[in-house]
Amino acid sequence: MSGAVSFAEILASALIVVGGGFALVGSWGLVRLPSLMERLHGPTKATTLGLGAMLVASVVWFQLALDTWTTHELLISVFLFVTAPISANMIAKVQLHRLRQREPGAEPGPAGMPAPPPGRTDWATHEAPHLGTPGDFEGDEPTELVGKEKEVAGTEPLPCR
Amino acid sequence: MLEGALAFGFAALGLALALNLWRLLKGPCVANRILALDTMVINAIGLIVLAGIAGGSGTSFEAALLLATVGFVGTVAYAKFMLRGDIIE
Repeated sequence: MSGAVSFAEILASALIVVGGGFALVGSWGLVRLPSLMERLHGPTKATTLGLGAMLVASVVWFQLALDTWTTHELLISVFLFVTAPISANMIAKVQLHRLRQREPGAEPGPAGMPAPPPGRTDWATHEAPHLGTPGDFEGDEPTELVGKEKEVAGTEPLPCR
Repeated sequence: MLEGALAFGFAALGLALALNLWRLLKGPCVANRILALDTMVINAIGLIVLAGIAGGSGTSFEAALLLATVGFVGTVAYAKFMLRGDIIE
């Protein structure tokens, strides 16, 4: 019995170390990488691999060492595996939307500045924002956006919100 | 052995939270701050899971599940607000 316990301890310890290392590397990537689209890579890997390893360590430890079967951890990991790509996609949409609206302070990544949206459609939002909301066109015509871009390019770049 | 691994995990997650806090304060834009807050929630869930292993009780996992749910909803709501100027249209 002590052999099974020590095996569970070794496995849980290895999974905890791997998970903590991945979480640390993901947050280090969040600090270190130069632009937002690159920064998105680090924390998403920390979510899936780091937290996944820690949750599996918890399952292993409670099952093999303490003989209590818990499924909360699997529920958490399934939930995180479903929601992490969605939140990363939403953040990437925000960044792309801000770049396409030519908002001051939005820094483009290595892929460069994306083209302005044609007409009233935007790939990130499928529709231009309504009037009176943040990031609207201040009018219906795309020519308004061109004028806004020139105005932004001519003046000192404002601090971003 | 498990105590050493847990100490390493707590230290790594604490350092990761400090790095996320630096990114949250530095910015430089709203999208970076949303990403930093999302990562902080992930690391806090990791801390709760490790505390559950250290304490040997399964009751802390409800807290982790609730934090995962609330963190996802908060991230999506903030991103939706930045995209559309409204959360529920």
